[in-house]
Amino acid sequence: MRYPFPVGAADFIQGDEAIARAAILAGCRFYAGYPITPASEIFEAMSLYMPLVDGVSIQMEDEIGSIAAVIGASWAGAKAMTATSGPGFSLMMENLGYAVMTETPLVLVNVQRSGPSTGQPTLAAQGDVMQAIWGTHGDHSLIVLTPATVQEAFDMTIRAFNLAEKYRTPVILLTDAEVGHMRERVYAPNPDELELVYRKLPVNEEEAKYPFGDVHGDLVPPMPIFGKGYRTYVTGLTHDERGRPKTVEAEVHEKLIKRIVAKIENNKKDIVDYETYELDDAEIVLISFGIVARSAMRAVKELRKEGIKAGLLKLNVVWPFDFELIEKIAENAERMYVAEMNLGQLYHLVKEGANGKAEVGLISRIGGEVHTPGEIVERIKNDLR
Amino acid sequence: MRKEVLIGGFGGQGVILASVILGRAAAVYEGLHAVQTQAYGPESRGGASRAEVVISDEPIDYPKALAPDYAILLSQQAYEKYLPLVKKGGFVIVEKDLVPNRNKELEKNFKVFAVPLTEIAEETTGLSLTMNILTLGLLVKLTGIVSEGSIEKAVLDSVPKGTENINLRALKKGFELGEKLLKGEI
Amino acid sequence: MYLKPSYEIREKYLRKDMLPTIFCPGCGIGAVLQYTLRAIDDLGLNQDEIVWVSGIGCSSRVPGYVDFDGLHTTHGRALAFATGIKMANPDLKVIAFMGDGDAAAIGGNHLIHAIRRNLDVTVILINNFTYGMTGGQVAPTTPKGLKGTTAPYGSFENPFDIAELAVAAGANYVARWSVFNYLQGINSIKKALQKRGFTLVEFLSQCPISFGRRNRLKTGPELIKWYQKITVPISKAKNMSPEELEGKIVIGEFVDRDRPSLIEEYKAYKKRAKKMMGWEE
Repeated sequence: MRYPFPVGAADFIQGDEAIARAAILAGCRFYAGYPITPASEIFEAMSLYMPLVDGVSIQMEDEIGSIAAVIGASWAGAKAMTATSGPGFSLMMENLGYAVMTETPLVLVNVQRSGPSTGQPTLAAQGDVMQAIWGTHGDHSLIVLTPATVQEAFDMTIRAFNLAEKYRTPVILLTDAEVGHMRERVYAPNPDELELVYRKLPVNEEEAKYPFGDVHGDLVPPMPIFGKGYRTYVTGLTHDERGRPKTVEAEVHEKLIKRIVAKIENNKKDIVDYETYELDDAEIVLISFGIVARSAMRAVKELRKEGIKAGLLKLNVVWPFDFELIEKIAENAERMYVAEMNLGQLYHLVKEGANGKAEVGLISRIGGEVHTPGEIVERIKNDLR
Repeated sequence: MRKEVLIGGFGGQGVILASVILGRAAAVYEGLHAVQTQAYGPESRGGASRAEVVISDEPIDYPKALAPDYAILLSQQAYEKYLPLVKKGGFVIVEKDLVPNRNKELEKNFKVFAVPLTEIAEETTGLSLTMNILTLGLLVKLTGIVSEGSIEKAVLDSVPKGTENINLRALKKGFELGEKLLKGEI
Repeated sequence: MYLKPSYEIREKYLRKDMLPTIFCPGCGIGAVLQYTLRAIDDLGLNQDEIVWVSGIGCSSRVPGYVDFDGLHTTHGRALAFATGIKMANPDLKVIAFMGDGDAAAIGGNHLIHAIRRNLDVTVILINNFTYGMTGGQVAPTTPKGLKGTTAPYGSFENPFDIAELAVAAGANYVARWSVFNYLQGINSIKKALQKRGFTLVEFLSQCPISFGRRNRLKTGPELIKWYQKITVPISKAKNMSPEELEGKIVIGEFVDRDRPSLIEEYKAYKKRAKKMMGWEE
């Protein structure tokens, strides 16, 4: 297999470009998109590469169509991805719900910009955390990954595909304009160094009869993709294990939705990922994700220099959310702070997790600029005074 | 070793490309960590342009310049806006002809090298466009932030096909200029 | 044409456990479904290589009743989903079963762009001039002056002519019939299924409960008789003045051409890309 970019080598590229390359290395062979700042570079890279690797990259009429095409491609057997930003993400909510309901593996990248509405198209924000987790209507669960560096954008894109395939679910890579546009050193492994996951297919006709049934006892049904003679019927209506619409039977709905939620929540241990820095003896715990975690990391170093016992919890996955982990950290902390580029979103989850064991403060910033380490340090020192 | 570089000018001067080449030299050819960021406006062409490169032998936390060690200021506007941000004792390269109004008092805090970069580039290659590459050569020679070999490779990776020789000529002129400045010959 | 007994078609192609359908007495959707299945049967197409796609509405329930791979999607979006299916696996034949509100209102943009791209898909379009499932609201196809629950005094908007729209947007094959024209209908679907690119067969299909009842056309037969009154064959329409065509609906084959399809174009595009990058001669 020949790749149209360096593999087994380091390169100096933008986050958006890294996401495109990683997707192709993860086996993505279908991309549908609609131009939008600051995600267009992902689409442009896919457009350049896909025809060369016998994949598809197509510009749809809008973001609703983009995610629809991606779902269609996934059912036709392809690993598929789309990318967008705020306004397009809002449009995708409809079919994101369809993907959850039909248990369709796909990767949706949101390169966050400042909103609401058109907002600040070129500037970063983290205002879509709650929308990523809860944006589509109805009860559901899905997976949301949050890279902070270009290398993480690369690595987490591959992980996003693996999780999507493993759990037959949409996975959101929630990044932002800073990570999307900044250039950093990225090592792209050789394809044979990569561990890639592919969706389970039914192994016999009996299994294929239950495209939405827990036939293996792991909550994830095998996926009878189209064109293999399974004659699968897929619907966004509430359906039974065979996929037959059952729209007024409470127990069918409850069973389906609880399984879709449980396959994510029960596998929290496998999915959740985080990093800690100087956390062991920390009295002040900063919690952050994405680009802001890098400011927070610097702030912790500076606070330590001044003799303040600060530590960092950097979340690489914001959903499923490890409430127990937060409570455990809260038990040993005096104060926790959530630093994020919004008016408080992850903050609410952390507060719930802390469960009153520690006070939780919000270090908020909006307007497009990432928090400087200095402003985080100042805020904490002020509170300590 | 965290080193921060800020380049400020206006659209069309190749500010962004220069920053990308510098980051690439560090990240790809010296195995260092490097982050390049830039300020974006809604316009596709023209307007003010600013880019930053942070280079370090350790993973880089905060990706932007806190107090630049090195600044390249290519317009009056960039000079006024960014000179006060430079770290005390830092190196500042100024495009002499495009920055007519200088703050001599403030400049005392830095090592300032004011050179008619665009004019020299035009004399050297016949193309004023090569000023950004020439300036990179000058920066590398003055600061040793990356090796001459690395920046040369990164330039070759990044410039349009067919312009390699012209750009290399500009880069080497930058090295030469730096050498003379260091020796106090200019 | 030899017509097999209906039960043979039913046996071979319907999912018995999904019956009865949700369709009201007098509804035209079952008839159009039968025409489609007969066309597939007559052409001897492989049941396992066809995917049925639909959006939301009465007609969109069809993929659930037929024993094929099927994707019952969101309102108006069927053709965008179909784009992904066909592009990801060009060996699959895609049939989109759509209603007029689904295709021309909420899905209008997807429709014209799928046609513009000449996506390889056969659209079977059930046009009953109304939103049947939600209770008889007016649609973008409702003839001016006729009633729906959201225009109880008679529609005050101009309707779309979907077939003409499809021709203008560049479809390879477009035909329109009423449910009454069953042989022409089956033949058109057969033609459509054999062609590359975008093909569309529209059927005027009776909805006595949600549409007819409000417009003094209470039963299926009354609606069919009305279709006979208002439809004009395309050959005859050519010699009629705009005034004479006022209030009429033209039926027949609107276009039959062979512009390169999306799949063909993308195949050539991949070749061009590899050549431009020096990957291939």
